[in-house]
Formats: sequence, structure tokens, C-alpha cells
Amino acid sequence: MSPPPATPATSAPPHSRWLVCEHCDTVYHRRELARGEAAYCARCDALLERHHLFGVNAMLALVLTALVVFIQANIWPIVTLGLNGQQNSTTLWGTILMMWREHSQVVALIAAFTLFFFPLGKMLSLGWLLSFARLGRRAPGFRPMMVALHYLRPWTMSEVFVLGALVAIVKARAYFDVLPDPGIYAYAALTLLITLFATIDLRRLWDLVPEGGA
Amino acid sequence: MSALPRASELGLIGCHVCGLVCRDSGRDDTDCPRCGAALHRRKPSTYVRSWALLAAAFMFYIPANVLPIMRTVSLGDVDDNTILSGVVELWVKGSPGLAVIVFSASIVVPMLKFFAMTVLLIGAQRHTDWAQLQRAKLYRLVEFIGYWSMLDVFVVALLTALVRFNVLSSVEPLPGVIFFGLTVVLTMLASISFDPRLTWDDRNTHD
Repeated sequence: MSPPPATPATSAPPHSRWLVCEHCDTVYHRRELARGEAAYCARCDALLERHHLFGVNAMLALVLTALVVFIQANIWPIVTLGLNGQQNSTTLWGTILMMWREHSQVVALIAAFTLFFFPLGKMLSLGWLLSFARLGRRAPGFRPMMVALHYLRPWTMSEVFVLGALVAIVKARAYFDVLPDPGIYAYAALTLLITLFATIDLRRLWDLVPEGGA
Repeated sequence: MSALPRASELGLIGCHVCGLVCRDSGRDDTDCPRCGAALHRRKPSTYVRSWALLAAAFMFYIPANVLPIMRTVSLGDVDDNTILSGVVELWVKGSPGLAVIVFSASIVVPMLKFFAMTVLLIGAQRHTDWAQLQRAKLYRLVEFIGYWSMLDVFVVALLTALVRFNVLSSVEPLPGVIFFGLTVVLTMLASISFDPRLTWDDRNTHD
């Protein structure tokens, strides 16, 4: 362990030399990590930092891909049910509106925010921040967006929805003909992208684009 | 343990929002110079908030399980499902494997969250050093799996939108699903309000 800093940073240094474990408050001297390496807290075993596999361009590419897939997942029907020649399909928004009409407005709001507004907001703001970051600049609204992204982190649930669609299909299969639609494949692809994205610590954007960098 | 210095002992604060390590000015109204969020050594009024949210979640949890979450009507035949009966039906008619997943997400995870948050809050308030590492890991588990409980809510929403065949067959949501959705949101807020650093604080560390 390194000794405590002689002059702790009061203004942001170009690259933060110190690291505090979010889970137990232990202070570490930051070290560059090699490919595939990850640093874990010696006290509480929480992940401190991992090597950044993706650069700014790769992250931007991922975000744009996710955005395209997200749009597909939302415009195409997810699944179609058939019964005696009648057919019925739904999209995410069809589901949300139906819950609203069926007197479950609370559920409709939870679904609208965790499955649509929050994921979309997250992707759009990340795309905005990253497209400026690749030019070495801080995007207009950098600070409030980064703070908002921090608070949004636990509230996007697309991957839960995919599993929910799977359960709904299996439940419906006992009584109806079930035809999967393009939306479900788009959602499956989105889940893969989200999983990939979950390994990225967005806080490094603070260090990647220093303040006043033009 | 003393070989690992903690920010509170060194007069430092790691910003809860952006992670920047700042000097603790000793005042309560300092903002992080980097992200502008209020700096605090520990999350503010963490016990009050977490206990209140957990209690509220538990109050909703009871109707969420007792009341039916979904009604299936087919040719005038009405069938109301609770969370548990939905799992049983899935086990019998669909796939046992998926039933296990739904059982975990809808029944095990919420109960685990109530149990874990109670253990974490009591442990932190008593400043015990009992099972500190296990408690730290328990918190991370709760954070990681918490939102998967929303599974059943989305299943009901999808079936409501899909099963619309007039008199032949239709599904409508019942109040249980609203209570369940709120339970999940409230337990998530409770675990977000809890400050895991408290697990490692002894009696001499102040907020």
C-alpha cells in the first residue's frame, strides 16, 4: 500500500492518481492495468477497476449499434399469438399502452421508463458525449449528463424484459400458436450488447476528456 | 486492517457520483469540484431512508403475494393467478426449468432482499465486525440481482397485450401486479440508499 497523498487533490488532476473503493472507503494508489487485468479491493473484494478493452471509438461504435438494434426492437412486433385463425401481436409500446388502459398505470409507467425512456436516454447521451470525446472535447452538458448517467445505471431493464418475453411465450404456448417476430431477435441482440456494455466503467470519461480541453 | 487506510481516516472523500478523491473540508456543504455533486463521507441519512423504504416495500409485498396478479378469461371461464400459482402452472404445463427461474426471480430474490437488507442495516448500526466480508458480498449480490424481480411484471404486461381474442380468450392484469412492481422499485431504492461503507465502520467513524 502506498502512503496517503501529501497534497490531496482539491481540483481535478489530469489523471486521478488516487482511487477510493466505493464499497468500503479504502484508499489506493492507482496503477495502470495491463490487458485482461482487473484490480480488486484487498479489504472487501469489490472490483475497483478493470483494464479498458474499448477505446472511445469502439465505445461509440457499440453505442450506435445498440441504438440501431434498440430502434428495431421497438418498431417490430415482438411475438404473435394465433388462435382459431385469429392473430394478435404486440410491440413494446403496445404492451405499455395496454397496461395503461387496463388500469395498471403504475406498471405502464415502470415499463415505459425502465424499458424505453431510460435506455434511450442513456444511449443518446452516451452517443453525444462520446462523439465529442473522440475529438478530445467535452460535449456541451458533459457534467449534468455524466451525473444523470450515474443515477440511471440501475434503472434500465431491457434484459429482464427479454427473459419475460421468453416466459410469456412458454406460458402462451400451452394454449396458442406462438410465432416469434423480428422484435424478439432484436431484443436478444440488444441483451448481448448490454452485457458487453456492462463491463465498461463510464467514469473514465471524466479522465479521458479533461476539463477545458478544446 | 490498519495496513489499508480508509478515506475517512485520511481526511479524504471519494465522490459518490464520479469517484474523484477530494480533501474533506470538514464542512457539510462542499460540492465535488469535478461533477458538482454534494460531497459526503457516507450517504446522507442512510439508516432512516433504507429502513423506511424497506418497510414500505414490505407493506406492498404482502398484497403483492396474496392478491392475484393476472386474470385469464376463456369462454366465460375465469381463472385468477397469484405469483405462486403462476409458477406452479408454469412447472406443470410449460417448462420446469423456466419455472425455477421465475420462482427465483419472483419469490427467492425479493425474500433474499428483505433478509439481506435487514442483516446489513442491523449489522451496520451495531458496528459489529461479524462476517464483514460476507456482508459486503451480500450487498453486491443484492445490487446485482435486485432488478430481475421485475420479470413477472413484464410477463403479465406482455400476456395482457398479446392475449386479446374477445370472448375466446383474454388476459387482464389484477392489482397484485401493481403492488409487486412497487415492491421491486422500493427494494431497489432501499438498497441504493444503503451505504456499504458502513459495514466497515467502527464506532469511532462518524457519518
